[in-house]
Amino acid sequence: MVLKPEKCLSCRTCELICSFHRAEEFNPQRSAVSVISYDKAMISVPIMCTQCEEASCMKVCPVNAIYRDENGAMIVDQKKCIVCKMCISACPLGNMAFDGKAVFKCDLCGGDPQCAKFCPSGAIAYQEANPSSLVKRKVLADRFRDVFGEEE
Amino acid sequence: MYGFLGKLLRVDLTSGVIKEEPVSESLAKKYIGGRGLGTKLYVDEVAKDAEVFSPDNKLILMTGPLTGTFATSAGRLMWITKAPLTGTIGCANSGGHFGPELKYAGFDGVIFEGKSEKPVYLYVHDGKAELRSAEELWGKTVFEATDLLVAATDPDAKVSCIGPAGENGVLFATIMNDKHRAAGRGGLGAVMGSKNLKAVVVRGTGGIKVADKTGFLAACTDARQTLKDNPVTGGGLAAYGTEILVNIINASGGLPVRNARDGAYYEDADDISGETLAEKYLVRNKGCFGCSMACGRVTKIKEGPYKSSGEGPEYEAAWALGASCGINDLEAICNTNFLCNEYGMDPITLGATFACAMELFDKGLIKSEEMGGSLVFGNTASIVEFAKKTAAREGFGEKLAQGSYRLAESYGAPELSMSVKKQEMPAYDGRALQGMGLEYATSNRGGCHVRGYLVSPEILGIPVKLDPLVTEGKANMLKIFQDLTAAVDSAGLCLFTTFGIGLPEIGAMLRTCTGWDLSDDDILKAGDRIWNMEKLFNMSQGFTKKDDTLPPRILTVPMPAGPAKGKVCELDVMLPEYYQLRGWDAEGVPAKEKLTDLGL
Repeated sequence: MVLKPEKCLSCRTCELICSFHRAEEFNPQRSAVSVISYDKAMISVPIMCTQCEEASCMKVCPVNAIYRDENGAMIVDQKKCIVCKMCISACPLGNMAFDGKAVFKCDLCGGDPQCAKFCPSGAIAYQEANPSSLVKRKVLADRFRDVFGEEE
Repeated sequence: MYGFLGKLLRVDLTSGVIKEEPVSESLAKKYIGGRGLGTKLYVDEVAKDAEVFSPDNKLILMTGPLTGTFATSAGRLMWITKAPLTGTIGCANSGGHFGPELKYAGFDGVIFEGKSEKPVYLYVHDGKAELRSAEELWGKTVFEATDLLVAATDPDAKVSCIGPAGENGVLFATIMNDKHRAAGRGGLGAVMGSKNLKAVVVRGTGGIKVADKTGFLAACTDARQTLKDNPVTGGGLAAYGTEILVNIINASGGLPVRNARDGAYYEDADDISGETLAEKYLVRNKGCFGCSMACGRVTKIKEGPYKSSGEGPEYEAAWALGASCGINDLEAICNTNFLCNEYGMDPITLGATFACAMELFDKGLIKSEEMGGSLVFGNTASIVEFAKKTAAREGFGEKLAQGSYRLAESYGAPELSMSVKKQEMPAYDGRALQGMGLEYATSNRGGCHVRGYLVSPEILGIPVKLDPLVTEGKANMLKIFQDLTAAVDSAGLCLFTTFGIGLPEIGAMLRTCTGWDLSDDDILKAGDRIWNMEKLFNMSQGFTKKDDTLPPRILTVPMPAGPAKGKVCELDVMLPEYYQLRGWDAEGVPAKEKLTDLGL
């Protein structure tokens, strides 16, 4: 999942479709993704589970209810989960949540994340994992090209 | 009920008593929600002779069934009361995030009645509601009050409030939500101020359920894709906002210059255009709740005398404060527009009132010592200065705060007010866009472009291209546009969706959301019903055919130059046809059979 806050329109379409997909109602409170808007700084930031390689939620779970699926998503097995909420405490990013009955988090929608599908601006995109940082480095390199390059 | 929460709040500001009431589903089905349902409650409950600023008048906040759902651009809410500026039905809608949050807090709408003794605000949170003191907030700007209210309630709360203009009874005060979003026209903010109601704050964690989950998702996905594929809604609005229209309307010779006195082609139009805004001042574009079109402008003037930041301006504001005043300085226009948001004032009426004052001054009817400043065509600094004075009703601002009609009338020259039913016409000249002339003359809230936006067919070619200079076909198209718009406003959708989608898409979303068995024709008929209901209210307030007119300048003074050279607005040709198509008699009175057919 690639997040680009500079592209975010602050429309919260992601929150709507996530809550509908998960809870069958439109309710940002039940969305696994949230858009945080900063009025004065003039920017909005979408925040969601980053599917940590060293996932604290999984490590802390006393009943081993959290596992990684074939898409790389950390999944809560609701059958095993005892709703102790330790994972909510453990997540350093605040991306585990409780909806009054069960613990929930981003599960990448089984490999077809709805937020990325419906994000109108490309602020949330689902792409193949790219182990190198070449994309960002290229953006930086482009600036050198613009300043020092000969091309018109 | 699906789409709805099924509950309304009734807040008696006089006694402080708050009650919960159910939403009648049969009434909702007949009037859809939002504008339709809110107006129905208003006309049924409020005595026809209730003075606009008296405790007998009510102020209604209403959302639509699609508000807060995945329907595309469905973040709208509607405020309804009698409009102080016009005396007609007053209803103004706004986007942002406030409307959806009200529904997540458990209510479809709020009815405010009476008048509080002291300043208060209403805090609605998860099924509960309480009135709290706003004495500390009185006098604060919209931005200050919003920040203080969020701090006093919940970090995720959404705020709708008035600024100093609403408190001071400026006749075109707005009700602002999410800081930058305005329920803009008609002066509804002054009604809120008259009730000593500073703000409504909402926070909710509940959800909205729809009747047919699969069908609704499919309908919304389809509508969203259609908007994405459309060049206006899928690119143009995001890139340039509504300001894209400056150069387009100017090229058509329809951008009124200096109070429409100097025709409708502004030589400096590009200086105030969306392209210039995007190039120099745009930080990023922004969407309201659930909106992919994202026409919002987050803008910043980085330095100089007009250093400021905020959102906007919209096309109409840029015209009103710009071309209409003979001003081509976009920095001053942006700054004044931000001030309008901060003080809670409608920049269209403000700019058009400035333009009227400027012409009165040119004619020697206003003396500069009375003005206490130099509000003259082309004086850039004056618009910032007099915006502040108007909000405070200080000095000459007292006269400006009444709008252009009362201003011009007080100098014995009401014909210099470019208004209809005392509300200023926006940025399209009725001589160059004949259909828009008819829209201004017939709109139920006076000079207004968003009740039947015939700019779409006349200029943009949506859904078909009509020659803007001819009268033929305009009455029929206008009726369809006005009825559809009434339905769109009632459903909770943004009007801009109709640049890309039409009745089939809107109908599909509405049906699958509510579960109502409504055909597309039923929806259009509900729009017709709402239109006639508003018309009947206006008639009860004494409005007649003689009010369905335009300023003499638009009707009798030929356009001096441009594509519309020599044209006047041929309202006398279009109006009888319009009345006939509406099922009204020659005096514009709805026939009994028509009302029976509509169930009114």
